[in-house]
Amino acid sequence: MSSSHAAIQAERAARESYGRLVAYLSARSHDIAAAEDALADAFATALEKWPESGVPDNPEAWLLTVARRRMLDEWRHQSVAAAAGEELLLLTDELIEQAEASAVPDERLNLLFICAHPAIDAAVRTPLMLQTVLGLDVARMANAFLVAPATLSQRLVRAKTRIRDAGVGFHAPRADDLPERLQDVMDAIYAAYGTGWDDVEGADEGRKGLTREAIDLGRTLVALLPNEAEPKGLLALMLFCEARTDARRDATGRYIAFEDQDPARWSLDMLAEAESHLLQAARLAAMGPYQLEAALQSAHTQQRCGAPVRPAHILALYDGLVHLRPRVGALVSRACAVAALHGPEQGLAALAELKADDAARLESYQPYWAAAAHLEAKAGNIAAARNAYQRAIGLCSVPAIKDYLTARMLALPQ
Amino acid sequence: MEYMLMYYETADDVACRADQRAPAYWAGWNAYIGALAQAGIIVKGDGLMPPATATTLRVRGDKRQVQDGPFTDTKEQLGGYFVIKVADLDAALDWASRAPCASTGGVEVRPILPPPAQA
Repeated sequence: MSSSHAAIQAERAARESYGRLVAYLSARSHDIAAAEDALADAFATALEKWPESGVPDNPEAWLLTVARRRMLDEWRHQSVAAAAGEELLLLTDELIEQAEASAVPDERLNLLFICAHPAIDAAVRTPLMLQTVLGLDVARMANAFLVAPATLSQRLVRAKTRIRDAGVGFHAPRADDLPERLQDVMDAIYAAYGTGWDDVEGADEGRKGLTREAIDLGRTLVALLPNEAEPKGLLALMLFCEARTDARRDATGRYIAFEDQDPARWSLDMLAEAESHLLQAARLAAMGPYQLEAALQSAHTQQRCGAPVRPAHILALYDGLVHLRPRVGALVSRACAVAALHGPEQGLAALAELKADDAARLESYQPYWAAAAHLEAKAGNIAAARNAYQRAIGLCSVPAIKDYLTARMLALPQ
Repeated sequence: MEYMLMYYETADDVACRADQRAPAYWAGWNAYIGALAQAGIIVKGDGLMPPATATTLRVRGDKRQVQDGPFTDTKEQLGGYFVIKVADLDAALDWASRAPCASTGGVEVRPILPPPAQA
């Protein structure tokens, strides 16, 4: 067998089973970093051995056995405390049985809950999840989250040490804790996706580098919790936004706002999948903010395709959303929905109300200024529109959107 | 914390200042500087004349070496700087990402050395 074939096999095993193996190993040892190190060694060994010996029948079990041996060696080396030693023996027996039997039990759900545990700094939950469950490397994540790689590494190490030393439980949350803990898990997944507020014309798209990985995590969560409605809502929301990826740029890379996009360039497969998840979520009759956001995406999409969606219904969905979760992105979008129903002056009044509540935050919130510019222009307040466009451009970090906003500003009547 | 944001521009960025692209170039910086000012985080800052106007001096032994041009001859050159006061590095990086030259050259973000503790 060629070494490239072995490399492909190892890579596939890595993608498919990395999170499963990390979850399984760390569930026993409570030491995510040690589990990852051992697995990295096991994968390196696989790349070395498989080209000669061939890929084993059960690559996952093979990797697990090698990783377990590495962890044992490491522990012997450090001569860990007796209690941990006992745990270790247990682990050994169990793992040998596992390696002989078939699939490794899926404990990724516990791993997801641990990564998003309230004891872990909220800023590190998403990268921790991506690293442990999907095996993403730090450099790639650092780019997506706009932090220095060294800083992110340090944060990840600190988080894993905290999980080990603070004894964060490797088990699913209690039933009464579940809704809140699940919300944290979903928020961390959605943070990896970035924001999807392109219903605010010309809003910064945010960090879109990890959309596919976020959707993978979303699918994993839906598969692991089939009877929960909100994970389906979250997955639907991400799929609605993702379906429009190609339509957001023209052939030369210029940004196209939602209302100018060509629906023929939306991914029908993804839209259909999104609708189906949303429908399944609705059947579970447990409304939540992610389902409302997905429902809004569905409404906007259908409206663009010519379906008669009333602006009043869209506003009602936003009212529900901001009632459940008054986040600044949703509040700004709601103001645009107010404008669509009652005219730009009312929309501007809704924005002014927001500003009165949280001026400091909105000073540097780009979508607020993009929305304000759009509504001021519609209301005929040209000078105010120009000012707001200036602010939005100055706060924007995506060159294509900067260009779009600049073009809108220059198109204002003199 | 205070951070210095050093804006590195490509030769093409610098050329924009003097050709027909100048209005768009300055509009981009004006918007960015306006947003910084409105956020109330500027400690100080300046734009710099093009790198071609730089002179670099080194003293080696008793000899003064005067060199035409910037300190290092790299593809990107310092075009200006701001010192801003923000909560942490993440916030400073957010502001760096909004600079017009972030997508062409780059922005170096460095913490300001705090004054030495009083003895």
